[in-house]
Amino acid sequence: MRRLRYLQAMNEAYHQEMERDEEIFILGEDIRGNLRGETYGLLDRFGPNRVLDTPISEAAFVGFGTGAAMAGMRPIVQFQIATLIYLAFDQLVNNAAKMRLMMGGQVNIPVTYTVMATGARNGLAGQHADNPYPFFLHAGIKTICPSNAYDAKGLLISAIRENDPVGYFAPAGCLSQRGEVPEAPYAIPLGQGQIKREGTDVTVIAVGQMVGEALKVAESMSSEGISVQVWDPRTLLPLDKEGVCSAVAKTGRAVIYDDANRTCGFAAELSSLLVERVYDELVSPIKRVTRADVPIAFSAPLEQAALPSQVGLANAIRSICG
Amino acid sequence: MNIKITPDAAVEMYRTMKLIRRFEEWVTVLVEADEIAGVTHESVGQEAVPVGVCSALRDDDVMTSTHRGHGHIIAKGGAVPYMFSELMGRESGYNKGRGGSMHIADVSLGIYGANGIVTAGMPMACGAAFVFKSRGEDRVAVSFFGDGGVNHGLFHEAMNLAAIWELPAVFICENNQYAITTPIESVVKVPIHTRADSYGMSGESVDGMDVEAVYTATRRAVERARDGGGPSFIECQTYRYVGHYTAERHMKLNYRSEEEIELWRQRDAIEGWAGRLIGQGIWTEDERATVDAAVERELDEAIAIARQAPWPETGSYLDYVYAREYPGFPARGSDL
Repeated sequence: MRRLRYLQAMNEAYHQEMERDEEIFILGEDIRGNLRGETYGLLDRFGPNRVLDTPISEAAFVGFGTGAAMAGMRPIVQFQIATLIYLAFDQLVNNAAKMRLMMGGQVNIPVTYTVMATGARNGLAGQHADNPYPFFLHAGIKTICPSNAYDAKGLLISAIRENDPVGYFAPAGCLSQRGEVPEAPYAIPLGQGQIKREGTDVTVIAVGQMVGEALKVAESMSSEGISVQVWDPRTLLPLDKEGVCSAVAKTGRAVIYDDANRTCGFAAELSSLLVERVYDELVSPIKRVTRADVPIAFSAPLEQAALPSQVGLANAIRSICG
Repeated sequence: MNIKITPDAAVEMYRTMKLIRRFEEWVTVLVEADEIAGVTHESVGQEAVPVGVCSALRDDDVMTSTHRGHGHIIAKGGAVPYMFSELMGRESGYNKGRGGSMHIADVSLGIYGANGIVTAGMPMACGAAFVFKSRGEDRVAVSFFGDGGVNHGLFHEAMNLAAIWELPAVFICENNQYAITTPIESVVKVPIHTRADSYGMSGESVDGMDVEAVYTATRRAVERARDGGGPSFIECQTYRYVGHYTAERHMKLNYRSEEEIELWRQRDAIEGWAGRLIGQGIWTEDERATVDAAVERELDEAIAIARQAPWPETGSYLDYVYAREYPGFPARGSDL
């Protein structure tokens, strides 16, 4: 099968969905200019009325998307840097996410927020390196974090077709990676995780670009006689609770490998869920390997120290599989 | 453009202003009696603005409203039984009791919601206006907001978006002179309407106590928007006779004087409009009394309906968050 980069898979999903449904349009900063590659060719194919370059006005373009959705369209609102969602926080959390309940179900808000290059590394420093999806989860916004090109296309198509706000976080470390991607459109349902590698001793639950790292660690652990299973939630909300519980019940041990902050992060929520649901199946404490609760420093050694690492993951696995 | 108001339309403007005034006065009574919970912001004194604006709109035009939104909802065609039911938290309310005073909406009437966050509706009106324009429809989106809103980042972002994309939008600033207790002249250095200039947008200031002045300015702005002439900004000089919210009446705040309130009351929009109609000989005191009595009956009946209306089932508290639900979502507060 042909292999595409993650960004190309997103680009193909954009093209195919906008072709399928003319109510879909995309807006954000530097969309027409195709800053990274995922919006390549959209302007030529669909024209300026469906491919909008906005001013640097994040709060307004999110509210604009909400209003357009109420008037019957299906906007894709793209953030070029993950932390820019903070500028639009009221419009996301206090308006788009709450609008349907506040109106007693009168309207749907079918907006997809694509959040590019989340969790960036290599010197992007304090304001460009966050992985802010826990904020979306806390606000009840449906949230996706695809870890590879195949999932990137199938989940983006599902996100666009969902009749609710969906946050789509595209991890910086995955964007240039290649994978097998079918050309025909396909939708991966929300709320379905996937075992990316079978194993029997411990389940590593890894999110986004941590999945690829977890798979590498799993390979290296086999030489130590530890059989590591890797489970990818793919959708963080709705979470595949049955899937994660059965994966962990099978191995009796769990390590959560997540590149978001530790306190009240996704790993914390997963850990609680597992304790509530599969406590009797656990043979060791649940371990979390996450970001430290610090802003990411510029200097490389400091950045490395704050981020979850493959060495840290291996140590966590050994600590409960010894 | 020669804009005339027919006698029937003029009487309807009076009736709607009176309905808003008496609705708000009833809200105060019902809040004091603990029949309405939460926080309500009455617009007593400002009635000419929503009525003047919405009289210039068609049914298929849309608008966004504010925390002080009851008047906007009524002026855009909202039915008072559903409004009282919503304020009382009943299932038969506009939002099935999920929204309350600060979130009343009826999308079928083009009411894209009151909103508890200052200027939050402005970008939404831009989004709706964009949809109308891109579909080739001659509909218009209006956004109401207060004087305090003009210092909000969203105000600037939304004004600019509407201007650069020449959206069929009309921005209505209800300048009631105070952002809660803060006098507007202490937080804005220039006449508010002049801010429109910096976005390349038409801006004007009108007497917000004169329903005809508000109507005329809005008609011009709406026609311009329908004809592809882009957005406009109208500042309406008005005043609320009552507190920022219901309970302020018991708080003895002194950010403004009784004399100042009395000066504005002497320019009351409802009395002034009735006086003009009667003075011009197109209406009589008897006819006015008949309209007033009908307004009282309409409100009495609406309140009676709301009081009898069923509460939402407690088991439905997870409903309406999502268009598509998944097993276990939204999460309950306890597994037990």
